Amino acid sequence: MTNFPIEKIRADFPILAEKIRNKPLVYLDNAATCQKPQAVIDSIVHLYSHVYANVHRGVHTLSVRSTGLFEGARTKVKDFINAASEKEIIFVRGATEAINLVAQTYGKTNIKPGDEIIITAMEHHSNIVPWQMLCEQTGAVLQVAPMNLLGELLFDQFEKLINDKTRLVSVVHMSNALGTINPVKKIIATAHAQGIPVLLDGAQAIPHMTVDVQDLDCDFYVFSGHKLYAPTGTGVLYGKQALLEAMPPYQGGGDMIRKVTFEETEYNVLPYKFEAGTPDIAGVIGLGAAIDYLNGIGMDKIAAYEAELLADATEKTHKIKGLLIIGEAEHKGAILSFVLDKIHPHDIGTMLDSLGIAIRAGHHCAMPVMDFYKVPATARASFAMYNTKEEIDVLMNGIESLIEVFG
Amino acid sequence: MFDDLRDLYQEVIFDHNRNPRNFRVMENAHRQVEGFNPLCGDRLTLYLKLDGDVITDASFQGSGCAISTASVSLMTEIVKGKTEQEAEELFKKFHEMTTGKDENFNLEAIGKLAVLAGVREYPARVKCATLSWHTLDAALKNEQKSISTE
Repeated sequence: MTNFPIEKIRADFPILAEKIRNKPLVYLDNAATCQKPQAVIDSIVHLYSHVYANVHRGVHTLSVRSTGLFEGARTKVKDFINAASEKEIIFVRGATEAINLVAQTYGKTNIKPGDEIIITAMEHHSNIVPWQMLCEQTGAVLQVAPMNLLGELLFDQFEKLINDKTRLVSVVHMSNALGTINPVKKIIATAHAQGIPVLLDGAQAIPHMTVDVQDLDCDFYVFSGHKLYAPTGTGVLYGKQALLEAMPPYQGGGDMIRKVTFEETEYNVLPYKFEAGTPDIAGVIGLGAAIDYLNGIGMDKIAAYEAELLADATEKTHKIKGLLIIGEAEHKGAILSFVLDKIHPHDIGTMLDSLGIAIRAGHHCAMPVMDFYKVPATARASFAMYNTKEEIDVLMNGIESLIEVFG
Repeated sequence: MFDDLRDLYQEVIFDHNRNPRNFRVMENAHRQVEGFNPLCGDRLTLYLKLDGDVITDASFQGSGCAISTASVSLMTEIVKGKTEQEAEELFKKFHEMTTGKDENFNLEAIGKLAVLAGVREYPARVKCATLSWHTLDAALKNEQKSISTE
């Protein structure tokens, strides 16, 4: 693609210069976690070298400065997803914790025996298990909207599942195992027509496209920082202010309170009500740096470049005999899940690793998806903005060679 | 192209992966145990026939990677004719070899199974090689249930 500064971007990620088994690293496991640009690494080094102290507590200079950087990151997240207010941005450990938070606060308050929660057949375990736990606790029922063999949601079947017992819809924005991008605006409009709130699991979508929570009109949006070029240990729960206000706190502790006596506690205002204890200060500030970095490139440009990468990779795989792509939705992000005839994904993973190529082999925390396709596991190459068509060639050559070796 | 992997993927392993030995359901098996590695989805069912404490027949069904298929295929060949105690001894040795704790491990003492010694260098793949033996261990202890590597 012309105008996409790929060489500059690659130079910004120091790990991409590493050699793995004496070969240049080809990192294609971005759906598991993304590598970090120097700007993010520097932000953490700078913080710990010059600024660090606890946030929201001291009157001393460093605490005030740390708090400024920490809250500055919250504003960056708010702007990045176009939330209406910083009060709607809750920092958590990751998308998983964000979903558990909603299940255990919003869910426990609003969901009663016999109520129904709808998810889809392509969810990650983190958008299945918290709802199963909630159903066990409340006597609610989990409904699963099916998909077709391309990995696309069967929208009419989803629509049919909605009834007067449905209390929540929780769907993945982009599937980690298949790459499918769900028609989330349509899902939200359909659920809202019945007064049902919608949570979007944005863990995979967030690094690949512009996300505007007000335009989507979702009620909750969750994502992890480490998949957005930021440090591990950070995540975001976005929630509409009115919903968050009405929810009870998640964990108790410091920071989430306004006043504590042994008789009673008055909870803090949003967003602090949901942020008990010292947060991942450096991680959140690193997340802010990652967002600055991405804004400098532009999410629309990243999306366009990655769409080219996916198209290129998909076309090249069509030439490989015995390769079957798992997940061929019309609307798809830059994820290529595949299986090879008679070669197990773990053998593929080890073989490619010996060539310096990092892919994921396994069930991708989506065992029901594997069951649906009747495969024990898949091999998955997942792309980021720093990958190139040359790397895709290295991958394809590797796959062709290992097919030969296995004969 | 895959020179680094020669120790791991020896020709014997490819051979057993392509043509697994004793790959069949066993009628009237005395022991039948399922092995499962939830990490990679490998699944196998191991069947044994016993005469007293001697393993007279062993077979398996299931699907897995080349390492796990070769391991279980080799194992069913080797344990036939062995007593339960001899098989347990082999399991212990195999475990020592694959986990690589003993640097002076005598590969000759384990015969044909030495082709799987390469997994020592690949910690992520050790469980592929040991699933079959853990399943055998469970079968010999008469644990009539599914066992898991996790």
